[in-house]
Amino acid sequence: MNVMDTARGRIGLAVARALLAASLLAAIAGPWLFGANQQTVLTEFFTLLTLAMMWNLLAGYADIITVGQQGFVGVGAYAFFGLTALAHLDAFLAVPLAAIIATLVAIPTMAVVFRLRTAYLAVGTWVAAEVMMLIAGKLPGFGGGSGTSLPIPIVKQFGSSVLGRVEVFYLLSLALAVMAVGSTWILLRSRIGLGLTAMRDNEEAAGSAGVDLILTRVICFLFTAPFLGLAGVLVTLEKLRVAPSASFSITDWTIYVIFIVVIGGIGSLEGPFIGAVVFFLLREYLAGFGTWYLIILGTISILVILIEPRGIWGVCRKWGIPDLIPVSHFRRARSAVIRPLAFADKVPARAERRSHSRRSAL
Amino acid sequence: MLQTILNLLVQGVLIGGLYALFALGLSLSLGVMRFVNIAHGDFIVLGSYVLMAVASALGWSPFVVGLLLIPAAFAVGYLLQRFLLQRTVGKGILPVLLVTFGLSIIIQNGLLETFGPDTRKLSGGAIEIAAFHLGLVDIGLYPLAVFLVAIASIGGLEYLLYRTSVGARIRAVADDPAAADLIGLTSANVYAIAMGIVGVSIMVSACCMSVWTNFDPAIGPSRLLAAFEAVVLGGLGSLWGTLVGGIVIGVAQNLGSQIDASWQILAQHLVFLVALVFRPRGLLSKG
Repeated sequence: MNVMDTARGRIGLAVARALLAASLLAAIAGPWLFGANQQTVLTEFFTLLTLAMMWNLLAGYADIITVGQQGFVGVGAYAFFGLTALAHLDAFLAVPLAAIIATLVAIPTMAVVFRLRTAYLAVGTWVAAEVMMLIAGKLPGFGGGSGTSLPIPIVKQFGSSVLGRVEVFYLLSLALAVMAVGSTWILLRSRIGLGLTAMRDNEEAAGSAGVDLILTRVICFLFTAPFLGLAGVLVTLEKLRVAPSASFSITDWTIYVIFIVVIGGIGSLEGPFIGAVVFFLLREYLAGFGTWYLIILGTISILVILIEPRGIWGVCRKWGIPDLIPVSHFRRARSAVIRPLAFADKVPARAERRSHSRRSAL
Repeated sequence: MLQTILNLLVQGVLIGGLYALFALGLSLSLGVMRFVNIAHGDFIVLGSYVLMAVASALGWSPFVVGLLLIPAAFAVGYLLQRFLLQRTVGKGILPVLLVTFGLSIIIQNGLLETFGPDTRKLSGGAIEIAAFHLGLVDIGLYPLAVFLVAIASIGGLEYLLYRTSVGARIRAVADDPAAADLIGLTSANVYAIAMGIVGVSIMVSACCMSVWTNFDPAIGPSRLLAAFEAVVLGGLGSLWGTLVGGIVIGVAQNLGSQIDASWQILAQHLVFLVALVFRPRGLLSKG
């Protein structure tokens, strides 16, 4: 029986949502509430949360497992550097332009890597990101393989004092995270999102029920690119420099992100939040262990996949806790009875097709 | 000039044999279990370190130690599939990808913790520097030997899959695990045997690689990408195709390295991406 049918469950849900709203308000009031160090950590948190939202949308819903997310982060970083330091554009104008450039790079990338599917696509995106990194290391004016620092005058456009800049970067990263979560939520609530949720649960069935799988994947892939690019801009502002190995870091922008999503719960909006909190707590206590920290993270994620593939939020769902951020469309009871019957005759046909598609590649 | 280019081409073809060895195991796991082992390259590096540790402890040639370690490599592959990867079978592509991804991180950092970040290389003795002239080109004896090992491995695997009863079982399970289970094959066991064979191919690659090139704990991913590109270029599921793919990658690297060192890998990836646009089903396909 659903926990939500009890009064206690409903109160619990209301409390959880109120906490979520309160933490958003606290985040907006961050510059007055938190010290500079906390704001810096939170800036990083919001950047990683944005990346996790994007990876979760692709891997958890659209069935695009990418190991090449760092490519677009790096493109955003390098685009921002090029537009400000080399083309001398206004820094605040360069931020949206960097997002547009990341999207423009995503179009041809998608055209190439989408020729591959599933596991092949995953490694294909990795190759694409490697190519972007190697090309970035060859661009004139960007400091080659070792990278270069962002000129001071550009940094000063975000505030004349160090503390002022910390605040501006904090608010920028908060805005990015809110935009990322908000627009992902709108996307999932839309007609496309309905198709995405169907794809998450059963791709073949979604396709046979009329979801345009390819178009949906294309939309999702292009949707993530500007956010990844903007995350790259923030990373550059935090580190005050670009370098191929750091701006295109697979560890920082993809491996950590995968841990966050897997631990929190893939295929849900709540998962990346939970995962990001867990990740930052683990990092706080374990980062001193160096390589052991990564070994522990790897072990945890393997255990999560083997024990509960839907992560911490998957366990919560099993207890009957409904979505804190509602993405479902509720239908009336009458149509809910009719739907399974309408689909019953399609089941054998689907099973038959599956046996054909399983032919050997040997 | 002509001589330089000819030499580059020949070196490229010969190192293609090494890439074909990397790709062979990946191709088998893709064809039978239908997953990409993200940790494939890291397992090759792990094999090289184990080889190094055992060879230096015993003071024996790495080739002898490599041969002795083959049964152990089979056992590791078998157990890995039986007790870890098998748990993800039938749950789609994501769980197995993420598990091997986690393994990759664990192996890389485990090696870093145990052996440190230094670059290593094993000494293979006199064969390493021996070479002979053939017309305009110089051919190293060791690269030639690795190329022959690659041909023998592909031929051996081809024979195993298509001429033996174990191979018939593997192909049956690859075709349809549920039907194979129905006629009395235990697909879990057959998968584990296939992964054991992948383990053997990884040990052979590790042995060939560790004497030929430098290695450190972080180079696994680049080996995985080379293996993956060779598999896709050669055509999915084609064993001899991995040799073609490996050669294309080797030649692209060698020609690229003429521009400058960093073009070596860029040329490799670009050739792969261009081929993917024009020949998505592999270079040998009709379109």
